[in-house]
Amino acid sequence: MKTGAKTLIEALQREGVDTIFGYPGGVVLPIYDELYDSSIRHILVRHEQAAAHAADGYARASGRVGVCLATSGPGACNLVTGIATAYMDSIPVVALTGQVPTGLLGNDAFQESDITGITMPVTKHNYLVKDAADLDRVVQEAFYIARTGRPGPVLVDIPKDVSTGVVQEGRPVPETVSLRGYQPTYQGHVRQIDRALDLIAGAERPLVYAGGGVVLSEASAELLEFVETAAVPVTTTLMGLGAVPGDHPLNLGMLGMHGTQSANYAVTECDLLIAVGVRFDDRVTGKIETFAPNAAVIHIDIDPAEIGKNKAVDVPIVGDVKAVLQALLRRMQKRGDTANWVARTNAWKAQYPLRYRDDDRLRPQYVVEQLSDLLKGEGIIVSEVGQNQMWTALYYCFKKPRTWITSGGLGTMGYGFPAAIGAHYARPDVPVVDVAGDGSIQMNIQELGTVAQYDIPVKIVILNNMYLGMVRQWQELFYDRRYSYTELPSVDFVKIANAYGVEGLRVDEKAGVREALETALATDGPFVLDFRVEREENVFPMVPAGAAINEMIGVRQR
Amino acid sequence: MKSHTLSVLVENRAGVLSRVAGMFSRRGFNIESLAVGPCEEPNMSRVTIVVNGDDGVVEQVMKQTNKLIDVIKVSDLTKRESVERELALIKVAAESGPARAEILQIADIFRAQVVDVGSKTLVLQVTGDTEKIDALEKLLRPYGIKELVRTGKIALLRGAKTVKSSK
Ligand SMILES: Cc1ncc(C[n+]2csc(CCOP(=O)(O)OP(=O)(O)O)c2C)c(N)n1
Ligand SMILES: [Mg+2]
Repeated sequence: MKTGAKTLIEALQREGVDTIFGYPGGVVLPIYDELYDSSIRHILVRHEQAAAHAADGYARASGRVGVCLATSGPGACNLVTGIATAYMDSIPVVALTGQVPTGLLGNDAFQESDITGITMPVTKHNYLVKDAADLDRVVQEAFYIARTGRPGPVLVDIPKDVSTGVVQEGRPVPETVSLRGYQPTYQGHVRQIDRALDLIAGAERPLVYAGGGVVLSEASAELLEFVETAAVPVTTTLMGLGAVPGDHPLNLGMLGMHGTQSANYAVTECDLLIAVGVRFDDRVTGKIETFAPNAAVIHIDIDPAEIGKNKAVDVPIVGDVKAVLQALLRRMQKRGDTANWVARTNAWKAQYPLRYRDDDRLRPQYVVEQLSDLLKGEGIIVSEVGQNQMWTALYYCFKKPRTWITSGGLGTMGYGFPAAIGAHYARPDVPVVDVAGDGSIQMNIQELGTVAQYDIPVKIVILNNMYLGMVRQWQELFYDRRYSYTELPSVDFVKIANAYGVEGLRVDEKAGVREALETALATDGPFVLDFRVEREENVFPMVPAGAAINEMIGVRQR
Repeated sequence: MKSHTLSVLVENRAGVLSRVAGMFSRRGFNIESLAVGPCEEPNMSRVTIVVNGDDGVVEQVMKQTNKLIDVIKVSDLTKRESVERELALIKVAAESGPARAEILQIADIFRAQVVDVGSKTLVLQVTGDTEKIDALEKLLRPYGIKELVRTGKIALLRGAKTVKSSK
């Protein structure tokens, strides 16, 4: 006989779990007692939200399932933002929560909250385990559901009497999971693939619009081969950055609200849009009626519910992006004559490069450019949310998938720092940098305690404009410069870092940027860089909310 | 905009109904009626949901419902030959002699059964499609309906065809 807690830990080990991000409490004491001498490493964060984000960052950097653990009630509730963040970006996370004993369920017991009810809308699936004998099966199903099909977070709620309950030893564990209500489609339909190939062969102005699904499906190599073989220019979403090298001649950069001019013009003028692992989010499409108005649309996605959700599609292909791209490549016989079109998109790229005032002021874009130049695409870049996120997306040259980690769908301030911690445990071999805003970093700044305790070499680059900059930008542009509650007082981030035992540097001059970045990157442990940037710098280009995506402001007009 | 009758086969597990109903409300899909109960398979239940929406909306409803792990199969019965039934219990005021006789006559025409006889009221039980029950309700209204309860619609395909767990 063994306890439920021991059964749980063994089930996690069978899933290959090496790291758990968590925070203890009353009802998870039995689980923590098992962790005490388990081979699984547990990282004690300083807030459960950070545990969820770290598990998410671990998953994004590695492609494996991230795991977090929290106690019932407040602990579980603190996970919710992190779970919702993972859900919006389809990230495989398993969240384990303690729960009050089954006999007290529904009684408003101490630290009881209905976490399966609360997380139903933000999980792919969740479980309340009522019998220790179910733990093996539930854990196996949870990991299977999290990582297969369209990935997503799964929560497993474990009452205290289940983790202290006894399970018979040596019960056989099923080899594979089979759920009659869950059978994702991986192979695209051959007839649709051939219809897509017909459109591709006949198109004069085709464009690939690639997103996070390419990264999730590990399909970067296939995508690259596809765009090169078919000679099709490509634009990526925020989530798709890195799926195609940023400096590839066919890459037009990011599209959408803060997309490049060349990408947004190409969408507007293409005659065939090949949408790969994307969901036509409103931040990408702008006014949907004017998105790719002249194009036939091929949509490849593993989730049938995404196809036709926001935009009518001519050729739907439900399947795993990697498998479908392989099939397209295998069956492709003819490509369209795209030479003129490629030349046209290249001319846009040359004519409308990203620009900022590169004077002697310390501008945030310059910091990102220098970081890009130093890391040469070799590190993992995590961001917070706001202007810092968009500047990083635009000015950092991503060369590989899974080197860019950001909260796209939910846009969660405070995500970056804990996600960077998770990314480090997934890829301890590469430098991990969180590009932060002064607002966002203060949403999970307590994690300095975690990086100090475990000497986690995450570097924090704060683009400190003493504003909630992105909101201030909207107020400047659309609310008559009425900066309502967006100004933040100066904070001495170096002192805060030092108080936790972390090194830091403040930089006020452009001339000091490169050296400071070099110092931080050369330091073995964590490091905080506080860059005092131009306060009212804006992110451009920009498509105002509700406008067509070729109607950009802050650009040289056509 | 049109009513669609969806037959949804689900795992018979705690919380399934709230998963389905929660998804509908979260995504702004309107449920006109919902009926749930055990079915021919021991560990499954069948939920019959009537939703209102144009074809695009109903397609989204079906796809989103299908995504729920505990949902085994979703079919739109509206597009196929099916039998649809609802049941209603109607407590109608029936005090004076002539009214009572008229009500019994109406019940007879609708093949409604009298399932309770009180000194001042009758309770009628009627089954049929939505229109039939609406019609009966309308005819009884002048006499004074004290209470009325309707089940959601349930439906099955006609003939040998079935909505089974094929996925
Ligand atoms: C948790 C959360 N609260 C509020 C917002 C709304 N929001 C989006 S960007 C932003 C400002 C971010 O400020 P900062 O981190 O300093 O970044 P900056 O834009 O200045 O680079 C705010 C408040 C959000 N995205 N997330
Ligand atoms: Mg700021």
